[in-house]
Amino acid sequence: MSAPQTQRPLPPLPAKARGIVLPGDTSCPGCPIPIAFKVLASVFGDKMILVIPACCTSVILGTYPGQSLKAGVIHVPFASAAAVASGVAAALKMRGIEDVQVIAWAGDGGTADIGMATLSGAAERNEDIIYIMYDNEAYMNTGIQRSSATPQGAWTTTTPVLGKLEPKKDVAKIMIAHGVPYVATASIAYPHDFYQKLMKAKSIKGFRFIHLHAPCPPGWRFDPMYTVRIARLAVETGLWILYEYHNGKLMLSPPSQPYLDPSKRKPIEEYLKLQGRFRKITPELIKAIQQHVESNWEWIKKMMS
Amino acid sequence: MVKVVPPVDNAKVPLTKPVEGVGGKTGLWRTMYKPVVDSSKCTKCFLCEIYCPGVCIVVDPVKGATINYDYCKGCGLCTDVCPVKAISMVPEE
Ligand code: SF4
Ligand code: SF4
Ligand code: SF4
Repeated sequence: MSAPQTQRPLPPLPAKARGIVLPGDTSCPGCPIPIAFKVLASVFGDKMILVIPACCTSVILGTYPGQSLKAGVIHVPFASAAAVASGVAAALKMRGIEDVQVIAWAGDGGTADIGMATLSGAAERNEDIIYIMYDNEAYMNTGIQRSSATPQGAWTTTTPVLGKLEPKKDVAKIMIAHGVPYVATASIAYPHDFYQKLMKAKSIKGFRFIHLHAPCPPGWRFDPMYTVRIARLAVETGLWILYEYHNGKLMLSPPSQPYLDPSKRKPIEEYLKLQGRFRKITPELIKAIQQHVESNWEWIKKMMS
Repeated sequence: MVKVVPPVDNAKVPLTKPVEGVGGKTGLWRTMYKPVVDSSKCTKCFLCEIYCPGVCIVVDPVKGATINYDYCKGCGLCTDVCPVKAISMVPEE
């Protein structure tokens, strides 16, 4: 049995990431970021330049003279990821370098709040970059402050009593409104789906945006062993919908397809109850989240038809 | 095509280099439990290697999953994602 197995080529995910995403970074146990990096490396190998504004990733990659990623990394100020990435892509083009992908890799704070202006500018100019927003739904490395991508009902250190009262800002929708060639949502619980989306993005020219859902154990207050389980529950409850938007058409991704039918979705309480940040949530807010989920699915149905 | 200025002597440019263990031996972060693979159960599905946030599991198509304890942070996530429950957390000696 073992002989034919040894001859079969190893799957690129995870084999191609070996030696590129290196162990010993300073991320918290259970951190979603190294999981995502292994998927990036499986697609691009070391042929990528990440442009990273202030976020957890600026910290966890390590300090001079070392870093835990065998790829180009440019650390940039908070608001500038999309602008710097645009410049780097233009410079590579001038030099005739075509096999290196420029990727802006930013958190929700650096995207939905502080980076929105340069992001919108780069999208409007249709710059030839991939922008990935890894969304851990708050400013984590500065101490769990609310961002506009924090979901309704979530405790943060700046929404300490009632939790956040406003719904989550939907950045993927904002990007679709820019009319860019490719927009997708992804989740660290579905690395193969994320892989497919990056492969698709790689084959397209122009501005490509991926919104990656990334649960964070210390910030969301859960046991680090459940990072993947919680990310998966977000999809199974219908809260986080995986789709691709390309050529003016929206396609629901395979992991989310069953949940078009509301009766297949798990109750959202299953997702909320595993996380300490929703410990004090009120029934009214749960209802509000439920309504938000319904209206998101209505929007999906409209976009699909 | 623009003219490219050759890079100056690398030693004088403060460029970081990829290294293993940039944050030290993160295996020291484990406090009470460590993950252990039961190789008789392992189906070599690669899932633990894909998901391990410590980037310290390698799955060999013949030998199965091996954990590098120098860097394993003890998060326990591999026990949750293994479909056949081949990994379990055991007390550190
Ligand atoms: S705070 Fe969250 S996202 Fe940041 S390094 Fe820790 S686990 Fe990762
Ligand atoms: S306990 Fe965590 S860090 Fe250690 S091998 Fe398992 S998933 Fe990786
Ligand atoms: S997830 Fe479990 S079965 Fe799959 S390779 Fe790892 S230890 Fe083996």
